Amino acid sequence: MATLKTLLYIFVYPGLVFLFVYSTFCEWFDRKVYARLQNRMGPTHTGRWGILQPVADFIKLLAKEDIVPERADKTLFTLIPVFGIAAVATAMMLLPVWHYDLAQPSANSFSGDIIVLLYILTLPTLVFFLAAWSSTSYFSTIGGARVLTMLFGYEVPLFLTVLSPAIMAGSWRLAEIASFFQHKPLLLLPNIIGFIVSVICLQAKLERTPFDIPHAETEIVGGTFTEYSGKKLALFRLMTDIEMVAGSGLIATVFLGGFPGGVILGFIYFVIKTLFIIFLLSLIRALTSRIRIDQVINFSWKYLAPLAVLQLLITIVLKGFVR
Amino acid sequence: MKFTVPIGPQHPALKEPISLRMTLEGEVIRDVDIRLGYNHRGLEKLAEEKTWLQNIYLTERICGICSHSHSTCYTQGVEKLMDVEPPKRGIYLRFLVAELERVHSHLLWLGVAGHEAGFDTFFMYTWRDREVVMDILEMVSGNRVHYAINTLGGVRRDIDDLQKKKILDSLGLLRRRTEYYLKIGANEPSFVARIAGVGRLSKEDALALCAVGPTARASDIPQDVRKDDPYGMYAEVPFEVATATTCDVLGRVVVRVKELMQSYNIIEFLLKNLPDGPVAVRAPRRAKPNEVVSRYEAPRGENIHYIKSNGTDKPERLKVRAPTLANYPATVVMLKNGFIADIPLIFAAIDPCICCAERAVTLVDGRSGQEKTVLMSELRRQAQERWKKVPPKKDAAWPL
Repeated sequence: MATLKTLLYIFVYPGLVFLFVYSTFCEWFDRKVYARLQNRMGPTHTGRWGILQPVADFIKLLAKEDIVPERADKTLFTLIPVFGIAAVATAMMLLPVWHYDLAQPSANSFSGDIIVLLYILTLPTLVFFLAAWSSTSYFSTIGGARVLTMLFGYEVPLFLTVLSPAIMAGSWRLAEIASFFQHKPLLLLPNIIGFIVSVICLQAKLERTPFDIPHAETEIVGGTFTEYSGKKLALFRLMTDIEMVAGSGLIATVFLGGFPGGVILGFIYFVIKTLFIIFLLSLIRALTSRIRIDQVINFSWKYLAPLAVLQLLITIVLKGFVR
Repeated sequence: MKFTVPIGPQHPALKEPISLRMTLEGEVIRDVDIRLGYNHRGLEKLAEEKTWLQNIYLTERICGICSHSHSTCYTQGVEKLMDVEPPKRGIYLRFLVAELERVHSHLLWLGVAGHEAGFDTFFMYTWRDREVVMDILEMVSGNRVHYAINTLGGVRRDIDDLQKKKILDSLGLLRRRTEYYLKIGANEPSFVARIAGVGRLSKEDALALCAVGPTARASDIPQDVRKDDPYGMYAEVPFEVATATTCDVLGRVVVRVKELMQSYNIIEFLLKNLPDGPVAVRAPRRAKPNEVVSRYEAPRGENIHYIKSNGTDKPERLKVRAPTLANYPATVVMLKNGFIADIPLIFAAIDPCICCAERAVTLVDGRSGQEKTVLMSELRRQAQERWKKVPPKKDAAWPL
């Protein structure tokens, strides 16, 4: 029974099947919201309301010619998309989305899993850099350098803000943090600064406008992905979608009280809360223009990092009062 | 570490073939080399084979955006050669279309600037409202892009009161929208952060490098052919030359939005004071031997046509100087010491139209850098020879 459960967990929900379906759905949702905010229709033709468009795009890309540049490091170039998918799918495994019993912790919920999750969510950035570096084109190289430069900007504020609810809850375990805030929902309110900062940092992590600098198409063509095509590009796109789901799942767990109530209710909570965060991400994407790389670093260290520290201070002071 | 990155001739930021060789130091541009000549049109030679009337439609096809400015520039030059004076109503209608074209061109440019800065929402909004002008143009002339409304001695179509009312109604909507864009373009923090202080061109540099149009006006040079050397009925139309003092891309955005407002005023004035009478007079088939230079303020800047006649029904020589060509030297100065991220914005800020500006092709050897000019037949022979050597691709297979 336990084995079956684990298999279900890995392959069906929240494993690969669910991830594929839900991340493509999230891409559709993001595209539709983005399009409506721009006074466009967005996807309309494939499936009802164009809901199958991301799947169709994925399949189309799979069928396209797959080119590996002659001068590229071929092994790395080929393996890196698979590695990226594996990283973000593993991150998804660690989210407490299904059947977590605090008395009998399963293998994927342990003390300190929030740190592991944050670490695994850093891997995609490294994957982007390695992908850019191994393809050896000028545009990719500039894109790769930009990926790493941006990492120094957003990563620290993201860590600080995500860890401050953990300090409040007094636990390094995602399931425990979520259940702490389910019992004391009012304590979610002081985290509002942290929530805003972490959503902005997630936007930067996902490299979406205004932080789509590493693949700014009008400046450096495809940036990181200039040399990628066909199946590998399809995997990269899927990877970004899954990263979006996992990232918004993390923020929903620590800032919005997780996904309580067993399988069905928990699933509904998961969909609603992640879609809410993805909606915020689409809003930011539609309302801003791309900023320069030096402006990103300035912005992160002048505003995001101090705000994150402020959030940490608020949490620590408040914890003294709550106790 | 210095390295050279080619922007173009194929690049998503540039829809037309031009090559900018950037010497970079990290993210900073140290040197720029602009290479022209990827696009040979053979248009000036073709003009010598066609009659005066046919050439109107040929010059219209120099550019897709400012098609009317080229055909008007040519037409008013030929009218001067032939001593034809178009009736007043014809002149008013001709420049009504000209101002509508300026509106559509500037709205298009605003969208492109938004897109180059990664602000796609701005792009979508401006292009949506550009449709209003496109619809008016279609109603007035019958076409969305090449209006074909000019003829020697006037215009080809008249407008009635219903059309007049419709245009005046749409102007209200466009005015409101343009004010909104000025508010966004000059206030939205992430957009302003990208365009303020970027691509500086001082007043002295702009004068020395002969910048034209909005590029010069954004550097505080009130230069506008409509004011300096009024053609058509511009001497009797009240309008102001929009300038900005910031000398950067922000200034170029502001100048264009201000010009939009001026254009709405001009359109309103033209429609309210539209004289009665015929729209065209008959023009002779031949022009006496003479030569003329025609100037016209296109949306992108000063457009110059030089026309020489030899007494036949065909021009002996037609020379077109599009505004983009005049702005290239200034672009090099603007790009130096900027960031990579600013390349598309700075280059787009001159509103480049490479297909307008290009005239001839020079072949450059990729290895030695030697340049040479060859005949078309020689080029064709070389291409055929090359493809004979390359074996057909046999292992191409359906990837699934």
